[in-house]
Amino acid sequence: MNSWLYIGIFVALSLFFPALLAVLGWFLGPRRPNPVKTDTYECGLETVGETWVQFKIQYYLFALVFLIFDVELVFLYPWAVAYNSLPLYAVVEGVIFIILLAAALVYAWRKGALTWS
Amino acid sequence: MGILSQPIGVIAEWLRNLFLGWGLSEGLTTVLLYLIGAGVLATLVQVWVIFLIWFERKIIGRFQDRLGPNRVGPYGLLQPFADLIKIITKEVIIPRDADKAVYLLGPIIMDAGVLAIWAVIPLMPMVGMDVNVAALYTIAVGAFATLGILMAGWASNNKFALLSAFRTVAQMISYEVPTVLALLIPVMLAGTMSLQGIVEAQHVWYIVFAPLAFVIYFIASVAEVGRTPFDLLEAESEIVAGFHIEYSGMVFAIFYVGDFLHAFTIGALGAVLFLGGWRGPGAETFPLLGLLYLWIKAFLVYFLVVWARGSLPRVRIDQMMDFSWKFLTPLALILLVVAAVLDHFVMGFGMWGRALSHFAANVVIAVLTLRYLDHYDKVRESKRRMVAQPGQYPVARPPVPVETSTEAAS
Repeated sequence: MNSWLYIGIFVALSLFFPALLAVLGWFLGPRRPNPVKTDTYECGLETVGETWVQFKIQYYLFALVFLIFDVELVFLYPWAVAYNSLPLYAVVEGVIFIILLAAALVYAWRKGALTWS
Repeated sequence: MGILSQPIGVIAEWLRNLFLGWGLSEGLTTVLLYLIGAGVLATLVQVWVIFLIWFERKIIGRFQDRLGPNRVGPYGLLQPFADLIKIITKEVIIPRDADKAVYLLGPIIMDAGVLAIWAVIPLMPMVGMDVNVAALYTIAVGAFATLGILMAGWASNNKFALLSAFRTVAQMISYEVPTVLALLIPVMLAGTMSLQGIVEAQHVWYIVFAPLAFVIYFIASVAEVGRTPFDLLEAESEIVAGFHIEYSGMVFAIFYVGDFLHAFTIGALGAVLFLGGWRGPGAETFPLLGLLYLWIKAFLVYFLVVWARGSLPRVRIDQMMDFSWKFLTPLALILLVVAAVLDHFVMGFGMWGRALSHFAANVVIAVLTLRYLDHYDKVRESKRRMVAQPGQYPVARPPVPVETSTEAAS
């Protein structure tokens, strides 16, 4: 439990340090906003239309494939930790799991989900 | 217990007695000690970034046949300090239409995500928190850096920044998979997820066991940091500056610090997982020597990152996605299967026998991969559409029909 206390403190501190820097910058720097300065910067042109637009569906496909992969990979970690004490059949089971994972990758590949168009 | 053999232990003990002597309770003393320890480490790491900035500018300068900073202080060493003073007195401009809370949180989350990784890195023998899920922790917390970039890009209300945010997410999710797969191999060999445990298990460095896994880890990590060759998220020539286009002053500097620190953190993690961490002659008796070894190894990997930045051009987004999903991920899966099956049979061979058989398997896989890539290149070359080459038409270019006819032929 103690080590998690340390990590909690560390995470809180690592949020605190950059926040402190930002506050310092806020107070030490000048503050003279004007309408031109606070405008959206797009190489001198005035911005046209809504910025928060719909995005390409391709990103969504990759996100789905990633989600499947990442969740399954996390399942492999306990297996890897216990690896040294596993009998051969458990190792083979792990390998079969990885092959299933690879099959999913091949499927996504053949379906064209991994092609950036 | 001497100061040389137990430097942190002695200081911690002294502080503990001091606090207890003031009449503080046991629990509060522990919290205070942790606060001091974490504060010292986080501060040192942040200050170290100032040196890293100088180093990187100097090295990149040399790569580009320049001198790099050399005016302020000896060898330009004080240049980053001058920059810091300048940037801290600059105005923080918040765009009118930005989502202000998210806009300001973005850089803070990014820097915090990188800094928080240092909580579990084993700096010396017996120092650094020995958490049993440290490997997963580094992956989870490291992803916060990307989240910060996404927040910044989204909240800026700028089309270029938004494009950068999209690219960041695509890049992060693509290269997370090979990284996690490559990390599995040291975890499997050591039989523990604790980083301290992984270092202690490396009587032979894991780079001998799994050189290819190290290469995959290195490439995928560089991509996750978003450095050149994978700096699509801040490609100046395409999307101006990407996610930090609307940032200025100190808030921008936080991104800058976070980026440099992330690159060095990649080096430190690589050193811990593959290069033996604090291991080296005499490290067990004099832990401070271990810290020095870790720093040198981390610095070496960091130098490789800078080298890549100085030498390679930027890749296209489709190339980047293909490289991760169609090359690194399958290769990492193959490596994992081979390592798992092989290790089961060579476990009784002794330390070096085990290491060398893994090494041999890696060499075989590397040779096969390179031959496959050659073959793939040839196939692709033969399928390539004919295009006009410079120098092909010495007088004047013929009209367009030539190109359409070659296209129809292929």
